[in-house]
Amino acid sequence: MEIPYTISTRPDTGLWNAKIGIWLFLASEVMLFGGLFSAYVFLRLDAPPGMWPHGLLNVPVGTMNTAILIMSSVTVVLAWAALKMRKYRAYWWYMLATILCGVIFLTVKLVYEWPQKFEHFGGYIKPEALEKYEQYLGNKHTAEKNLPPRLEITGHLHNREALSNPNIKEYEVGLDPVNADPANPAMDRPHFLYVPPTEKIGKIDKADVERATMFLPTHSAYFASYFTITGLHGLHVLAGVLVFIYMWLPVSKKLYQRNPEHLANRVEVAGLFWHFVDLVWIFVFPLFYLL
Amino acid sequence: MNNPPDISQDPSEHEEYAHNVQKHVKGYLVVGGLLLAFTAITVALSYVDFGTRKANIGVAMLVATLKAGLVGAIFMHLAAEKRLIYRVLIFTGFFVLGLFWLIFLAWYNPIVR
Repeated sequence: MEIPYTISTRPDTGLWNAKIGIWLFLASEVMLFGGLFSAYVFLRLDAPPGMWPHGLLNVPVGTMNTAILIMSSVTVVLAWAALKMRKYRAYWWYMLATILCGVIFLTVKLVYEWPQKFEHFGGYIKPEALEKYEQYLGNKHTAEKNLPPRLEITGHLHNREALSNPNIKEYEVGLDPVNADPANPAMDRPHFLYVPPTEKIGKIDKADVERATMFLPTHSAYFASYFTITGLHGLHVLAGVLVFIYMWLPVSKKLYQRNPEHLANRVEVAGLFWHFVDLVWIFVFPLFYLL
Repeated sequence: MNNPPDISQDPSEHEEYAHNVQKHVKGYLVVGGLLLAFTAITVALSYVDFGTRKANIGVAMLVATLKAGLVGAIFMHLAAEKRLIYRVLIFTGFFVLGLFWLIFLAWYNPIVR
């Protein structure tokens, strides 16, 4: 059976079918991400002072990934314009560039950003023990400067077995710069460039810790929302890349030769999805990386 | 900015049409450049202290909304789309605002207050 209105407009809607289809789908996507973003707002508003981390993510890497997604949005719209101008060769190259951008974005996320988090440790100190760890937290300094209090000690966990072995009574942490030198005014605000944990070892008694894990979704409301939202966004990038690969393979050439406008419309619809994914990232980036 | 017109069925008009699309391509490149510039601005502004964290969040969300508007209007052709699509999006916008309104109610808690 021939699917109707792939290129001609349907009289009652004034649109070709896939166009109204993708917009209805995107409307449901807005609700899906809207739900998650509103959960983010809820968790953040509810977080006591000092409980919502600031500057934990790698800003240059996040900025680069943002730029990559924006460039891929440009290349996909250029791919579509090339088809409209009946330049298949140019279309092929723009599509390849789009696919590569998507793959780079996912690779950075899955090979660098996420694993780096899984290797990072943080422990929230019990309120009554905060004084004891003043040398790592510098809360006299933060109070003087009217900054939110520091409740967590983070860094590289040297004795990882401490997480599972109840006989080990303390965590040995290669401290992050902020905990290694907490009264230094340079630590008041997050750094632009990523600074790895220092060689300075901090020892934290397990008895003084409220919660201590690697930076996993279970670590905090921040990381739970970070992994959920960037994970779902990453799945969308993956889906877009797979669709683009299909449209870039030789089968698309056959459709192009039979009906170029049909392929152009398919690319437009996939492009609309891709722009939406870019649009979501435009909000994810400042909310998680910068603020 | 309007969208390129639907392609002409008459091959003799195709050249003029292709020229039209070419003009739009320039617009897309400009918008891409603007989006990259706004990204740099967002990053730079996040290191400027606007007094409170709330003010910084407000500024960043303002820039992000501007960027989202550019993507929507130009890349997604919403600057000139058919009426039915606007209708669908108005409904969606209404319900998404409702979602955030619920969060506001939970935070402001007018019943207990």
